Amino acid sequence: MATTLPGGRPAPRRGGSYWGRLRGRRVLGTVAVYAALIVLAALFLLPFYVMVRSALMTNRQITAFEWLWLPNPPQWDNLRELLDESDILIGLRNSAGIAIIQVVCQTLFAAMAGYALARIPVRGRDLVFFGLLTTLMIPSAVTFVPTYAVVSWLGGVGTLWGIIVPGLFNVFATFLFRQFYLDFPVEIEEAGRLDGAGYFRTFFGLALPNSYGIMAALGALSFIGSWNAFLWPLVIGGQDAKTVQVVLSSFLTAQTIDLAQLFMAAVVGAAPLVIIFLVLQRYIVEGVKLSGIKG
Amino acid sequence: MATTTLPARAARRSAAARRRDRSATFAFWVLMSPMVVGLLLFTVIPIVWGLLLSFTDARSQITVGDWIGFENYQWVLGQQEFLRSLRTILVFTVFIVPLTFAVSLGLALLVDRAGWGRGIFRTAFFIPTAISYVVASLVWKLGLFNSLPYGVANLGLSNFGIDPIVWIGPGDIPWYWVVLVTVRLWLQVGFYMIIFIAGLQEIPKDLYESAFVDGGRPGWTTFRTITLPLLRNTSIAVIVLSLINAFQAFDEFYNVLGGGSFASGGNLSLARPPLVWLYQTAFGGQEYGRGSAGAFILTALIIAVTLIQGRVLGFGRSSAEK
Repeated sequence: MATTLPGGRPAPRRGGSYWGRLRGRRVLGTVAVYAALIVLAALFLLPFYVMVRSALMTNRQITAFEWLWLPNPPQWDNLRELLDESDILIGLRNSAGIAIIQVVCQTLFAAMAGYALARIPVRGRDLVFFGLLTTLMIPSAVTFVPTYAVVSWLGGVGTLWGIIVPGLFNVFATFLFRQFYLDFPVEIEEAGRLDGAGYFRTFFGLALPNSYGIMAALGALSFIGSWNAFLWPLVIGGQDAKTVQVVLSSFLTAQTIDLAQLFMAAVVGAAPLVIIFLVLQRYIVEGVKLSGIKG
Repeated sequence: MATTTLPARAARRSAAARRRDRSATFAFWVLMSPMVVGLLLFTVIPIVWGLLLSFTDARSQITVGDWIGFENYQWVLGQQEFLRSLRTILVFTVFIVPLTFAVSLGLALLVDRAGWGRGIFRTAFFIPTAISYVVASLVWKLGLFNSLPYGVANLGLSNFGIDPIVWIGPGDIPWYWVVLVTVRLWLQVGFYMIIFIAGLQEIPKDLYESAFVDGGRPGWTTFRTITLPLLRNTSIAVIVLSLINAFQAFDEFYNVLGGGSFASGGNLSLARPPLVWLYQTAFGGQEYGRGSAGAFILTALIIAVTLIQGRVLGFGRSSAEK
C-alpha cells in the first residue's frame, strides 16, 4: 500500500529502521511518560481519597490544621447517623427508580424508532427522520422553562413521573440505533421474513436480541446521566420528590453544615455509580465513542 | 434491468402488495409512536407554548396571559444581570474549552503510549465521569478548596509559607474561577480522552514510519504534521460538545457558589451563568413569560455559536466570520 504524507509526497516505505532507531530515545521517553502518568493519576484520584477519608473522620479531625492521612479510628457512626437522620435513603430509592425506568424506556423507544427508520420503507420516512434531527439542534437544558410549563399543566410538578417521563425520548440514541440497524445484516432478517414473520416479530424476535452490545453501551451512559441529573429534578421534583442529587445539594447549600456527614453523604451518593462504572466500563467506553460522532 | 416484465410486475403489484404496504405503514408508525408522541409532548409543544408565553405577561401563571409583543425580550436584553451572565459564560467558555481540549488530548497521548498498566491509567482518568456535578462541587467546595486553613489546597500552600486563600468569596482576585474550571475539567476530560484515544487508534502506524524515513523525527514534528491533522474530525467533535455543554453550565455554579437561602443565593452574584439567571428569574420570581423570552434568546445564541463554529472549523482559515 502506498502511503502519502500530508504534504502530498509519496513516501518510500522501509520498515524496521523507524522502530529500531527509536529505541535509544525510547527508554528515556518511557520513564517520562510513566512519571507523568503516575503523577496525573494521583491527582485525579485525590478527590476520591479526600472524600472517603473525610467521610470517616470526626468534624474535629477534618478541621484540624495538621493533615491526617487516615481516619483513626474510622467513624462508621457517621454512616449510621446519616442514614437515620437524613432523607438520603428516600433520595437513593427515588434516584434508583428514575434511573432504571429511564434507561429501559429510553433504550427501547430509541431502538424501536431507530429500527423503523432504518428498515421499514414507507413514504414520508425521510421527512420524519429530518424532523427528529432538527430537534437535536435545540439545547435541552435551555428549554426547561417552557417544558416546566407543560409538565406543570399535566400535573407533574412534585412527582416522580414528572421527572421521569420527559427524559424518555432520546433522539441522539435513535440516530445511533438507526445507524446500527442500517448495518445490520439483511440476510438474517430476510430468512425470518420468509417464515412469515412480520415487522414486529422480526424486530422483537431478531433485531432487538441481536443489539445487546449497542443497548448496553447507550444504556450504561444513560444510567449515569439519569442518576447524576440535577437541574430538571430540582425544578420538577424539588423537595416533594427528591433525587439523591437534590438531597445532597440541599445539604450543601443549607445554613449549617456538618462536614463529616456531608462527605459521608457524598460517598453514599457516588458509591453506586462508581461500582456500576467499574463493572460496566467496557460498555461505557463504547458508549462514549458513539457519543463522539455527535460533533 | 428487468424491463421486459414491467406489465407483469404491475399486475403483481396488486392486492397482496398493497396489503404489505399497509402493514409496513402500520408497523412503522407503531414503532415510531412512543418517540413521536413524546417529542411532540415534551419538545414541540413546550417550544410553541414557551414562544406564546414569551409574548405575554405570564407571571406566577404558566398559562398564556395578555399579549404584550416584544416587551419581555426588551426587558431581558435590558437586564444588567442577564448581560453580565452572558459575559460570565463567555469567560468560562474561553477557559474551559481550550483547557479541556489540551488536557484530554494530552492524557490520550500519554495513555496511548503506555504499554503496561494502560488500563489502570485509563480508568483513573475516566472514572470521574461517574461522579455527579453535585458530589464533585461538594468535594471541591468543602474539601479541596475550602477557604479555611484546613482546606487541602490551603494546607498544601502552607508548606510553601503561603497564607490561606479565600477560594470562594468576593476578593480582589477571583479565585473561584480556579474552583469552577478545575471541577469541570476533572469531571469531563476523561470522557473526551476516550474519544481522542479512539481517534488516535485509527491513525495508521506506517504513516509515522514513512515520516521518519523522510526526516520527520518523532515528537513535536510528527505530532503537528500527522497526529493533529488526522485527529481533525475528533477534535471538532470534542470542541463542539464541550462548548455546547459549557454554555449550559448550571450545576457547579449553583452548588459551589450558591448557599444560604434562595433569595440571597450566597456567592452566586459573583458569577451567575445564564441558566442560573434563568432559573432564578423563572422559578424564584415566578416570571414565566420573561423566563421563556430569556430561554429563547439563549437558544438562539447557542445555535448561532454552534453554526458559526461549525463553519469556522469546517472551512478552516478561509472563513470570514467576524
